[in-house]
Amino acid sequence: MSFSLTPENETKFEHLRTRYPSLRALMLPVLWMVQEQEGWVSSEAMEYLAQKLSITPTEVYSVASFYTMFHFKPIGTHHIQVCKTLSCMLGGSESILAYLEKTLGITCGQTTPDGRFTLTQVECLGACGGAPCVCIDTTYYESVSEATLSALLEELRS
Amino acid sequence: MRCSLISRLFSIPGAHTLDIAKANGRYGSLPRLFSLTPEAVTEEVVKSGLRGKGGGGSPTGEKWLLMPPLDDKPRYLVVNADESEPGTFKDRQILEYDPHLLIEGMIASAYALHVKHAYVYIRGEYHFWAARFETALKEAYGAGLLGKRLDITLHRGAGAYICGEKTALLESLEGKRGHPRLKPHTKEPEWLFGHPAVVNNVETIASVPYIIEHGFEAYRAFGTPQSPGTMLFGLSGHVTNPGIYELAFGTSMQWFLDEIGGGVKEGKALKAIVPGGSSCSILKGQHIPNVTLDYESLKCSNSTLGTGGMIIMDETVSIPKAMKNLLEFYHHESCGQCTPCREGTGWMDRILAKVLNGRGKRSDIDLLLEISMTMNGKTICVFAPAVADMAVSYIHAFPEEFYALCPS
Ligand code: SF4
Repeated sequence: MSFSLTPENETKFEHLRTRYPSLRALMLPVLWMVQEQEGWVSSEAMEYLAQKLSITPTEVYSVASFYTMFHFKPIGTHHIQVCKTLSCMLGGSESILAYLEKTLGITCGQTTPDGRFTLTQVECLGACGGAPCVCIDTTYYESVSEATLSALLEELRS
Repeated sequence: MRCSLISRLFSIPGAHTLDIAKANGRYGSLPRLFSLTPEAVTEEVVKSGLRGKGGGGSPTGEKWLLMPPLDDKPRYLVVNADESEPGTFKDRQILEYDPHLLIEGMIASAYALHVKHAYVYIRGEYHFWAARFETALKEAYGAGLLGKRLDITLHRGAGAYICGEKTALLESLEGKRGHPRLKPHTKEPEWLFGHPAVVNNVETIASVPYIIEHGFEAYRAFGTPQSPGTMLFGLSGHVTNPGIYELAFGTSMQWFLDEIGGGVKEGKALKAIVPGGSSCSILKGQHIPNVTLDYESLKCSNSTLGTGGMIIMDETVSIPKAMKNLLEFYHHESCGQCTPCREGTGWMDRILAKVLNGRGKRSDIDLLLEISMTMNGKTICVFAPAVADMAVSYIHAFPEEFYALCPS
């Protein structure tokens, strides 16, 4: 399997090169590009990036793995992230997580057998005023309840 | 006192777009800005007493004065929009409702600092807010507000709390792991790509236009002599009206909680407050009437103002459980460079898990305090000391709850 950026992302990359004095600083922007293009970051992609940024693949992995938002294996079509930190805990995030585990039939960290949903627990999303907060894919849903979640899941399933 | 120096446009529909922002006075500080010399702008910020609103509270103007004399080398302004401290969700309001205020503040700050290229480092989870700011940037470029004197690049993080620490943020921006740097003993600017840089929080930079447009005295008319101006204070947890409210420094905490926050949710009794983000020491409910919202008062109460994001806990909360929640957070987020921090946070988390499972001993509580001492002052950054102080404050404020969990 080989990897390359789409022509559109190549153009973006060339533009970004003008915005940073060092090639290496493009690390996070390009890792994001890869993940948004493929859904995850494969070792082929990291080798490709290493070449592009004139560093070793190990260096790319060493940096990428420091951050929690990159996936090194494919995840479900929809990524459900439940915030567990203090304000969300006070707002009932534990029961929200239990509800999702029961409804989806998986535990935290797993993907449903049909590959539709991956469920994870995350540390503070910065939505403390709207606790409990769940982030699905890239959208925040604040002050969620079992009822709003059940409607959201319905929508995503259809 | 409710104020609207920063939050004036928050409730105006569409104020995040350039046209509506302009119609409501955005970029109104630029005529006066460009009539002043860059040095005079810095002077104005120094005199305003503006303090950093990312948690540290150090004087902004003084930080700017650390920049070396002008030469032909690049110098950078970096805006810290990493906002990951539990309890804190204020900077995203600026990015969401008034992104042009941040751009206006960056134009002013970059002018004062002779900066031609500025970066905004935003936490990776803030997809919506990054997109919104990116749109505002495009509008500002289109209108010729950016591009000639100043370029701004938005840089997304990827999920690492420690990247809110300014040197970790700079490392991350350079394409490395977000490891905090060892600090020199003398005061000096930060360094980005080998050149001098200033790192300021979003709200700090968003405070600059008011100071420039109305003068430092107008800013000092709010707040207290040592904590001048206003801050976006947050309420979350067991409170009737959670949210972000702009208040003058020196406002009574009790008044804020009762009058603006509508009191503790469902009329329950107040047990404790974490004043400004989860690394601040906890305050017992009974001490709240004596506290005002400014750096000095919180310090006298043995806590800190931090980011101003207050977490309210009612009488039903188990304090050891709340502490466990935060220890999990800090253990997860330690960057791992220093042994006392990497190991200490995990060790404390495991001990508390045991205590909460009813298998703890009284000596475990002493051990928690002892580990805190080992973590304090022996690490590269203030992350570990903050965790240690936080943990000690929970045990000291509510010792009976911890000991009650330990049968022997
Ligand atoms: S104190 Fe903790 S977070 Fe700070 S540098 Fe050391 S290991 Fe990293």
